[in-house]
Amino acid sequence: MPEIRVTPLGAGQDVGRSCILVSIGGKNVMLDCGMHMGFNDDRRFPDFSYITRNGRLTDFLDCVIISHFHLDHCGALPYFSEMVGYDGPIYMTHPTQAICPILLEDYRKIAVDKKGEANFFTSQMIKDCMKKVVAVHLHQTVQVDDELEIKAYYAGHVLGAAMFQIKVGSESVVYTGDYNMTPDRHLGAAWIDKCRPNLLITESTYATTIRDSKRCRERDFLKKVHEAVERGGKVLIPVFALGRAQELCILLETFWERMNLKAPIYFSTGLTEKANHYYKLFITWTNQKIRKTFVQRNMFEFKHIKAFDRAFADNPGPMVVFATPGMLHAGQSLQIFRKWAGNEKNMVIMPGYCVQGTVGHKILSGQRKLEMEGRQVLEVKMQVEYMSFSAHADAKGIMQLVGQAEPESVLLVHGEAKKMEFLKQKIEQEFRLLPDAKKPRLLHGTLIMKDSNFRLVSSEQALKELGLAEHQLRFTCRVHLHDPRKEQETAMRVYSHLKSVLKEHCVQHLPDGSVTVESILIQAAAHSEDPGTKVLLVSWTYQDEELGSHLTSLLKKGLPQAAS
Amino acid sequence: MKLYCLSGHPTLPCNVLKFKSTTIMLDCGLDMTSTLNFLPLPLVQSPRLSNLPGWSLKDGNAFLDKELKECSGHVFVDSVPEFCLPETELIDLSTVDVILISNYHCMMALPYITEHTGFTGTVYATEPTVQIGRLLMEELVNFIERVPKAQSASLWKNKDIQRLLPSPLKDAVEVSTWRRCYTMQEVNSALSKIQLVGYSQKIELFGAVQVTPLSSGYALGSSNWIIQSHYEKVSYVSGSSLLTTHPQPMDQASLKNSDVLVLTGLTQIPTANPDGMVGEFCSNLALTVRNGGNVLVPCYPSGVIYDLLECLYQYIDSAGLSNIPFYFISPVANSSLEFSQIFAEWLCHNKQTKVYLPEPPFPHAELIQTNKLKHYPSLHGDFSSDFRQPCVVFTGHPSLRFGDVVHFMELWGKSSLNTVIFTEPDFSYLEALAPYQPLAMKCIYCPIDTRLNFIQVSKLLKEVQPLHVVCPEQYTQPPPAQSHRMDLMIDCQPPAMSYRRAEVLALPFKRRYEKIEIMPEPPPRPTQPTGGKKRKRASDDIPDCKVLKPLLSGSIPVEQFVQALEKHGFSDIKVEDTAKGHIVLLQEAETLIQIEEDSTHIICDNDEMLRVRLRDLVLKFLQKF
Repeated sequence: MPEIRVTPLGAGQDVGRSCILVSIGGKNVMLDCGMHMGFNDDRRFPDFSYITRNGRLTDFLDCVIISHFHLDHCGALPYFSEMVGYDGPIYMTHPTQAICPILLEDYRKIAVDKKGEANFFTSQMIKDCMKKVVAVHLHQTVQVDDELEIKAYYAGHVLGAAMFQIKVGSESVVYTGDYNMTPDRHLGAAWIDKCRPNLLITESTYATTIRDSKRCRERDFLKKVHEAVERGGKVLIPVFALGRAQELCILLETFWERMNLKAPIYFSTGLTEKANHYYKLFITWTNQKIRKTFVQRNMFEFKHIKAFDRAFADNPGPMVVFATPGMLHAGQSLQIFRKWAGNEKNMVIMPGYCVQGTVGHKILSGQRKLEMEGRQVLEVKMQVEYMSFSAHADAKGIMQLVGQAEPESVLLVHGEAKKMEFLKQKIEQEFRLLPDAKKPRLLHGTLIMKDSNFRLVSSEQALKELGLAEHQLRFTCRVHLHDPRKEQETAMRVYSHLKSVLKEHCVQHLPDGSVTVESILIQAAAHSEDPGTKVLLVSWTYQDEELGSHLTSLLKKGLPQAAS
Repeated sequence: MKLYCLSGHPTLPCNVLKFKSTTIMLDCGLDMTSTLNFLPLPLVQSPRLSNLPGWSLKDGNAFLDKELKECSGHVFVDSVPEFCLPETELIDLSTVDVILISNYHCMMALPYITEHTGFTGTVYATEPTVQIGRLLMEELVNFIERVPKAQSASLWKNKDIQRLLPSPLKDAVEVSTWRRCYTMQEVNSALSKIQLVGYSQKIELFGAVQVTPLSSGYALGSSNWIIQSHYEKVSYVSGSSLLTTHPQPMDQASLKNSDVLVLTGLTQIPTANPDGMVGEFCSNLALTVRNGGNVLVPCYPSGVIYDLLECLYQYIDSAGLSNIPFYFISPVANSSLEFSQIFAEWLCHNKQTKVYLPEPPFPHAELIQTNKLKHYPSLHGDFSSDFRQPCVVFTGHPSLRFGDVVHFMELWGKSSLNTVIFTEPDFSYLEALAPYQPLAMKCIYCPIDTRLNFIQVSKLLKEVQPLHVVCPEQYTQPPPAQSHRMDLMIDCQPPAMSYRRAEVLALPFKRRYEKIEIMPEPPPRPTQPTGGKKRKRASDDIPDCKVLKPLLSGSIPVEQFVQALEKHGFSDIKVEDTAKGHIVLLQEAETLIQIEEDSTHIICDNDEMLRVRLRDLVLKFLQKF
C-alpha cells in the first residue's frame, strides 16, 4: 500500500488559512499557503515552524502549489517565501499569477497603512516571491523533478482557479482547492477526468447544503436589490474585487438594462477596471457563452457600473455599491457599512461565506449591536441579507466530483467539522465499492528476476535461458466404440463427426488414416477380442489437456448414425 | 509500425502512423496550390476576366473554350476553384482512431476527412489552433460562397484531354480527386470532433500509446507531438520555429531520445532571412506610400500579420506614415484581432508579462484605438465610405484567386505607383500574378517564413539525436531551382528515410518490450469476449483453448514415483526397464506409464478420474514454467 501522509497546517476542519502538507512517494508538497481573515495575530498565518524546526523549508519541500488567488489560499505566500525563507518552485495558473500579487499588495496596504502593523511583508517581498512562481497551463503535465509530476484541472471557483493532481510513480493525490460544479454567469464548471487518485482532498465548505437552482437565487437577489432601491434605500454589497463581483456586476448590468433603472451602481476601489481587464484578457478561462460572444460583445465592459468615490456615500437617494473586502473585516466596505448601518431603509447583502470573527460573520449570525474600535457601539438597523453566491460546490457537487475522479479514499478539508461528519457518511454510503482501476488480462509466461531487473518472457524462452530441457507429458486414452466397420471407415466417421461439431477448431484427416484436432491425434484400432468394437486412441500433451479431455468425453458419447 | 503518406506537400502534411494497434493521423493539410490553375473569382463582374479568349488545341479544336481561358500565354480553368485533397484510397480512413493537429494551417482538410470517410475518432488540437483554424476555414468558405459561380468545369480533367493541355495543367496531379470547398456546416461538424489539449498534456490512447503536444514556436498554439509507449518514442515535428516572434518558444528538450523523428514543415524559402524580409517589407511599403501609391498585402487573417502590424506600429511614426490609413479586410478580421489578445498562455514571455499588467499583448490594440488600423468584414459597406488613398490594405487570399484581394488587384494593377507585397510563402508569386498580366503595378516578393531552415535542422538533430529521421523526399535533395546548393537539404546519419505521396513506409524499429503490471491473484475467468458475434449454443461447452498450461521441466525418479503411487492406493504395480527409461504398469487399471528422461506418457482407458489422479502425481515431480 502506498503511504501518503497529509498534514493540514490550516483549513483542516476550518475555513481560512488553507495550507496542507502532503508527503507522497518520498516527495513533500505544500498545497496552498493562505491567511486567516478572522485573526490579526500570529494565527493569521499557518505555523511553518512545524517544518522549520527540522530544517529549512527549501530542503524539505519539493514544491508549493497555489490553487487560486483568494487570500485564504495565497495570503501567506510572501511571508512564507521571503520571511521564513523558501526558494523552491511555486506553481500556479497564469491568471492566478497575474492577479495574486495585486491582491497581496492590497492586503498588505490594509494591514500596514490602515492598521499600522509592523513586521509585515513588504511590496518588494511580494515581487521577489512572485519571481519564484512557475505558471502552468490547464492539463499540462509539469515534471517538477524526475519523479514528481503535477497537472492542473479547471476548478471554476474564480478566474484561474485550478484543482491539482500530484503524482509520484503510480501514487497520486488530487487537491481540489475551492471549486464549483455548476457553471455560473461568468465561469464554467469544474471538471476532472477519471484519474483514480489514491486520495482526493476536497474542500467541503457547503458539505451539508444542497442549494436550490441558481436562477432562483439570482431572481431573489435582484428582487431584494430592486425593492431597496425603489424605496430609496442604499444597498451595500461587500465583495472581493475579483470573482463574485464580476458575476454580480453582469447580473445587475443586464437587469438595469432590461428594467431601465436609473439608480447609480458603483464599484469601489480602482481595482475594478483593472480586474475587468484581467477578465477580458483571460477570457479563455470564463464560461462557454462569454467566450463565444466576446468578439461581438465583451461581457466585462459595463455601461451602468461606475467607479465609486468616497464622497458618494453621503449622496442622497438610492444607490448600489459594490465594496471590498467581502467579509466586512476592514477597508472600504466596512467604512460604508458604518455609515449606512443606522438607517433601516438601507440594506447590506452578503453574497458569500464569512469567516468567524469578521463583522460579516457577526451580523449574519444575528448580532445587531457591534462593538467597534474605541469601544464604540454600532447599532445595525439596516436590513441584513445573506445570499449564497460564493462559488463552492455544494454536497451534490462534491459527490459529483468524487464520482468523476473515482478516488480510493477521500479527505475532507476547508469546512466545518460537524458538516464534514455528515458528508463523510454520505460519501461512504454512496461510494463503498470502487471498481478496480485496470482491466486485468491473463497472460502466461515466466518472470525472470536478475540484477533487480524483472522481465516476463515466454516459457520456452525461460527454459532456454536457464538451460533446461522441456519434459513432455503426454496422455493417450482408449475410447471404446461400438462399430463393426473397418478401422478406416471408423476414422472417417470420427472425422466427419468432429468436423461438424468442432467448427472453431482445425480438424484434419491425415493420409495415414488418423484424425487430428489441432495437435490432438486420434487413431482407430481394432479391438483384440471383440470385432464389433473399435478402440480409438486419443493422444494429447499436457498443454492441450482441456481440449483433449473434452474430446474423449465427446467421443465416449458415441458417433451419430451414418445417414446412409 | 508503418507510416502512410497521404500528402506530397512538405509543409501541408498528412500522414498516418500505425503504432501498437492504434491508427494515428498526423495533420491533415490541404494543398491549395491547385487553385492557381483557376481563374480568379472577382467580387464584381470583371470585364477583363470575362472577356479572356477561350483556349483551343493546336489543331484549332475549340471544344474546351468554355472551360479553359487564356491570359498572357497562360491557360486557366474557368470554374469554381478546387483543392487537392490528401490520398483517401491508400488506407481506410474510417479506421483512423485519432487525428493530431500541429497548427492551424495544417488542419484545412479536416472537414473532408471527418465528414466523408466514415471517420469516428477524436481530433486533438490546442485551443488557439482550433479558434484560428476556424477563422481560416470561415474566411475560405466565405470567400468562395459569396461569389457563386455557375460553372464547374470537369471536361479538362479527363485523362486523355489533360495530356493535351499546356503546363502546368498537364502536370497537375490527381486532378480527379480535386474537390470544391466544404460548407460552413461541414466545418462546424468537423470542429465539434476536436478535443482541446494543452502543451505537455499526456493523453492516453486506449492505454496503449501516450501522445503529448509540445510547443513548436511557429504560431499561436502550434505544436509538435510525441507519440510514445513505455519503450518506443516517435516524435512528429511539423512547422517549428526557433525565431522569437509572438508564440511560446519551441520545446526542444522533450524531443530527445526518439526512435523515429518525422520531420515536416520546414521553411519554404530556405534562402530568405525573415528579419531581412520584414525590413524590406517596411521600406518598400514606405517608399510606395510616400510616392502617393497604394500598398496591397495579400495575407492570411492570422499569423505573420500580427508580427507585421507590430513592426509597423514601431515603424510608422519614425517613417512619417502616421497619417496613412491601414486597412485590414477579412470576414474574420475583427475576430482574428480580438482572439490574438486572449491567448496569453500561448504567447512568448514578453507578451505574457504584458498581460499580467494587465495590458493587451499585441500593440495592434493601440493601432485600432488610435484609428490608424481599421478593419472591415469586406469592401462592401462601411469600408467604401471610409476608404482613403493612398493606403495600405491587408487582405486575402494570398493565392489571389478569391477574396477581396482580387478586387484590389483589378483596381490598382494598372498603375505603376501601386505595389503588391507578397509576404506569405505558400504560393509562387509569379503564378499567383499570372491571370492579372500584363500588370503595371510593382510586385515585391518578401516571403516571411519563420519555420526551421536547414542549418537549424541540423543543429536540432544533433541536439535531440533521433535514431532515425523520416521526411518528405523534397528535403533529401537540394531544391530544383538551386540544385548546386547541397546545404539546402537534410544532412544526418543514418541518412533520412524519405517519403512521397501515396507511399507506405515501414519504420525501422521493432517493438521488443512491453510494460505490464502483475497482480498477485489470477483474475477471474473473463466472460466470453464480446465480439458482437453470437456464439452457437452447441459450441458453448467447447473449452477455451486459450487457457495456457505451463511448460514442464525436470525428470521423474521412478522409485519415488512408484512409492507415491502406492501411497495413493494403487496396487499391483510393475516396473520394467527399457532402453531409455522405465515402464510402470498398473495392471488392475490397465494403465501403462512410460517414463523417460524428458518425457512421460500415460496410456489408460477413458477414465477421466484416473487420468487426473495420475497426472497430478506426475506433476508433483516436475517444475512448471
